[in-house]
Amino acid sequence: MKEELLVTARGNELIDPSLHIWTWEVAMYLFLGGLTAGVMIFAALMTVMHRDEEAPFAARRLALLAPIVLSAGMTTLFLDLEHKLFVYRFYTSFQITSPMSWGAWILIVIYPISIMQILSTFRSGYGFFAGFVDRFAIGRTILDTCERYRHEIAMAAIPFAIALGIYTGILLSAFGARPFWNSGVLGPLFLVSGMSTAAALVALIARQHSEKELFTRIDLALIVAEIALVALFLVNLSTGSGQQIEALQSVLGGPYTLVFWVLFVGVGLLVPALIEVLEITGVNRSLAVLAPVLVLIGGYALRQIMLDAGQESSWTNYDTQYNSELLERLHEESP
Amino acid sequence: MKRREFIKLSSLLGTSAVAGPALMLGGCANKPLPGTGVVSKTPTVCDMCFWKCAGDVYKEDGELWKITGNEDDLHSGGRLCTRGTGGPGAYLDPDRLKKPLLRVTVDGRQTFREVSWDEALQFIAAKMQGIADTVGPERMALLHHGAGGHHFLHLLRAFGSNSHAEPAFAQCRGPRDVGFRLTFGEPASSPERTDMANARCIVLLGSHIGENLHNAQVQTLAAAINKDATLITVDPRFSVPAGKSKHWLPIKPGTDIALLLGWMNVIIEEELYDRDYVERYTIGFEQLSDHVRQYTPEWVFLETGIRPDVIRETAREMGKAAPATVVHPGRHAAWYGDDTQRSRAIAMLNALLGSWNRKGGFYIPEKVDMPHFPLPKYPKPSVQTGDAYPGKWPFASQGVTNGVIEASIGEDAFFKGWMVYGTNLPQTIPGVATKLRAAADSLDLVVVIDTMPSEITGYADVILPECTYLERYDDVRNSGERHPSLALRMPAFEPKYESKPGWWIAKQLGEQLGLHKYFPWEDYADKIDWELQQVGSSLEEMQRIGVKNFPRKGPLYFREGEPKRFFTPSRKIELYSKQLAAKGFDPMPVYTAPEPVPHGYYRLNYGRMPAHTFGKTTNNPLLFELAPENQLWVNPLVANEHRLENGEYVKLASREGGLSSKIRVRVTERIGPDSVFMAHGFGHKSKRLRLTAGAGADDSELMTNVKIDPIMGGTGMRGNFVTFIKEQAAGGES
Amino acid sequence: MTRFAMVIDTRTCIGCGDCVVACKTENHVPEGLNRDWVVEATSGTYPDLKTEFRSERCNHCSNPTCVTLCPTGASHLWNDTNIVLVEPEKCTGCKACIAACPYDARLVMHPDGYIDKCTFCHHRVEKGLDPACVSTCPTGCMHFGSLDDPNSEVSKLLKTREHKVLNPETGNEPNVYYLI
Repeated sequence: MKEELLVTARGNELIDPSLHIWTWEVAMYLFLGGLTAGVMIFAALMTVMHRDEEAPFAARRLALLAPIVLSAGMTTLFLDLEHKLFVYRFYTSFQITSPMSWGAWILIVIYPISIMQILSTFRSGYGFFAGFVDRFAIGRTILDTCERYRHEIAMAAIPFAIALGIYTGILLSAFGARPFWNSGVLGPLFLVSGMSTAAALVALIARQHSEKELFTRIDLALIVAEIALVALFLVNLSTGSGQQIEALQSVLGGPYTLVFWVLFVGVGLLVPALIEVLEITGVNRSLAVLAPVLVLIGGYALRQIMLDAGQESSWTNYDTQYNSELLERLHEESP
Repeated sequence: MKRREFIKLSSLLGTSAVAGPALMLGGCANKPLPGTGVVSKTPTVCDMCFWKCAGDVYKEDGELWKITGNEDDLHSGGRLCTRGTGGPGAYLDPDRLKKPLLRVTVDGRQTFREVSWDEALQFIAAKMQGIADTVGPERMALLHHGAGGHHFLHLLRAFGSNSHAEPAFAQCRGPRDVGFRLTFGEPASSPERTDMANARCIVLLGSHIGENLHNAQVQTLAAAINKDATLITVDPRFSVPAGKSKHWLPIKPGTDIALLLGWMNVIIEEELYDRDYVERYTIGFEQLSDHVRQYTPEWVFLETGIRPDVIRETAREMGKAAPATVVHPGRHAAWYGDDTQRSRAIAMLNALLGSWNRKGGFYIPEKVDMPHFPLPKYPKPSVQTGDAYPGKWPFASQGVTNGVIEASIGEDAFFKGWMVYGTNLPQTIPGVATKLRAAADSLDLVVVIDTMPSEITGYADVILPECTYLERYDDVRNSGERHPSLALRMPAFEPKYESKPGWWIAKQLGEQLGLHKYFPWEDYADKIDWELQQVGSSLEEMQRIGVKNFPRKGPLYFREGEPKRFFTPSRKIELYSKQLAAKGFDPMPVYTAPEPVPHGYYRLNYGRMPAHTFGKTTNNPLLFELAPENQLWVNPLVANEHRLENGEYVKLASREGGLSSKIRVRVTERIGPDSVFMAHGFGHKSKRLRLTAGAGADDSELMTNVKIDPIMGGTGMRGNFVTFIKEQAAGGES
Repeated sequence: MTRFAMVIDTRTCIGCGDCVVACKTENHVPEGLNRDWVVEATSGTYPDLKTEFRSERCNHCSNPTCVTLCPTGASHLWNDTNIVLVEPEKCTGCKACIAACPYDARLVMHPDGYIDKCTFCHHRVEKGLDPACVSTCPTGCMHFGSLDDPNSEVSKLLKTREHKVLNPETGNEPNVYYLI
């Protein structure tokens, strides 16, 4: 018997009995960040590939969602901060070794690009609101300019959006201390997943049949790619260090097995892929609206499971007999 | 590894409301580094246990900062232990006794009422006077523990009573000190006079130095380990020192005397003993040789489970290192009711090895020869403590607490009043609850003086809140050590709440009783200053330095071959004790097999944890944080058999029906399959101890099979058997 | 860069927790939190056993991933040494450093929201004193000093005694050593 026991408390409920420092706020942020990346990529691609007719929603209106979704994500991220007053500290330095610092600055670049993306299709996408802007000379000039450079803006948006998408994965994989995260596949996986959720979103919202079908096909391709990346991720960990192999057990029989395989792989990937195949082949279209919803759920589940399983994976696994509930007595008021 | 359940995802599915963290906008500027404010220090003598280390109390900007050891102090070597370092918690504990409390009856129900010091003191004085007038002052007894008890012993002696007892005797060190006294004419002392720092071989029998934190003991043991001394630990449990030992002998519990006799057998048979020392200083060697011949290692193996070759090898290690071999006397020695005899066997083994008062064995402690403040002679009491239990325990050199308690029950009981200082009797004396209740029914007066509420305060008529050691003067520490030394305890703070120093309480009571002449000082500082001046120091000097070391007057060890007279009737080390024989006891230790463990039961082994001094410190917020409850050590095989999960809470029942509160199971190989183990001092019931109430279990509740040592009255606590009672649900006290 | 190290002798460590309490009082560590802790590792089967006690804390790594992954520079090295500190005024409480520490260890959440951790008592070190835990340890099993000085106690102990660090494979190059 090997007994490695924490005799005294570390007193950090974030660490003991197992690390869980980040909760839904960060998972939501990672999900919304990935979605933003996908939204920008598809908006840009439809422009670059001149698909205004085939996919009018994606080409003209989708870009508006990017800053909204991203802002929602940044709000949940802010909610997670413990020392909120000092949030501005992200922007008083640039830490070259910290993906989080990179991410903070990428977000700063993403906003103007995505605004320009919106403006470049504002008249065609949101004519009613563009009318207000056009009342002002300066507004007209801006819209004119953006429209003129619509193609260039889209070209510029793609690399930054890809960076954003990959960053949400690299953010986690940079933590060598968490064996479950320590895989290079996480960046591409999160990017592809983010694009898949964005494609699903378009398939859900777009009204035109051709656009729905196009994005259903795109999504199916992305799901297939995602399945390949998930497989690669599992292979990657299973051939890694002892800690990684041990960490992998949390989804291979461990506490996250069920949610990983049933909720993420099953409900989030395989079932929507099947529905999409049925839809594309025309066998059954009655469930068409369900597939994108499941993809979105699966996209969030991926982040939450990765976040949770990763935080529990560790180099040190101490048992503890310390009943930290007793510490609550320290805070009870005198009678 | 306990895994967190996957609950987070449910929030994503919208099935449960997720409370986001409160929007925390309060930021923090960089805090100043510790020690950058105005720092001052005051000397103290620690009172977190009874070792009395000297230290310094640091204040920063007037607030208590920390307490550290005094570099010049032999007790602490400049390093306080866990509890000493946690001393600030004793001062800051919000559950401290704050005001004098008097038992009153309101609407037919008894309760405590806060009263003024005057009212409390007048009440006590009137009751004491009543006892003195009707049955005599000797019928007022003091039960005490700790340095401050001295003030009340002085009060009682001035009052005309010398009746007193401390649990440190019959529940702890008594058998050892009597055993050593019977052999060497002197006790093993506190601090123990072991010369471990110079030892080449150290033998520990059930003594878990390191789990108890008697500071200098721990430090000298560590010094011995650093010098690669051979450590031999006899313990059924893989204790902390067992883990540091070259030889760990996992003995069958209760068979230590067999092993000691076996060792003496080998040491005599193989002529490993110190022939010159034995011839020069001892009597009874021939009888001893004859006596131990029967205890061959092969025979001992059958009793103890220790292999004959291990017994021989360890005996040879002791012999090789002798006289630099310490067979440690232990400290808490009240185990099986034959403990004086076991302690004698230890003393005799040391005598054979010639280690008593030899370098690396035991040293000769020396105190400062400091005169006491001149006071009138005490009145002569007509009876002594022992007269309360005539004929019992002829070698009890001090009052026996259990004897005093039994002599306080009934209408015609010997004792009519108690003063209880600094000792929580219900947790201190095994299986005493019923007797305490009966005594409380009979006594005319029970006064409890303490810093903290506890179970004993529930029996009091009057509770007097003493201030902590950080808020008071006590007598200058002057205990026998390698060098004579003095250490000062002085107030670092004004007493909190309405608490008062012990000396002040004793003086006020004395004056109420008309004993002014025994308390001539205005402030105890005056008394201390006078005494210090007699040895060339002063209060002013001690307030500056805290500890003053003096040169020795005599040698630290015996000089080679010098003649010595011991304080025994024969003036020799008595291997054969005529004293014992004369009173009908075995003149040399005889082994009797322990009671076997009944089927389905496990032997209850108990001990210490380094974070706490029994139940005295469990409510200290700093130490509570470190160790809020005790755990029950259970061998994996036993856990398996009883389907006990690691971390589950169970209760224990003793064979005779004692029941514990719930305790958390720790499944560990560090204990064998015939015993369970827990640290003593938990399972407090007093709700006034908000932190520790109901946390962990109290071993003394399970001690329903107590074996009294007929020689000195010690309460043998290790013959108890327990079994598990599974809890339906962990959590609140049921 | 001065490299400070702590060397802890598991032969004499008794797991008493004095280091934990000394740290709490010295540094005013908030209620319920600890910057150091004690681990008891037992292996074997009764009665063939081995127990090791370790006083653990931030390893003040030579390659501190908590510093490299901190997005704001709040986690930093003190005065060109390996002592890792957190500056509350730069800390956003994003907790990246907690996740970044392979020893799960070193960083605790101050109730005010910033990350708090073992400082190797740099306020004492700059006065030439040992950290509070080292100076109180009753068995004297803890040692502190500079590894750059070949004559320091820690350098000598590491030269003469068999030792280990926790999980060397992390690549963080921890500076708390355990003598075995």
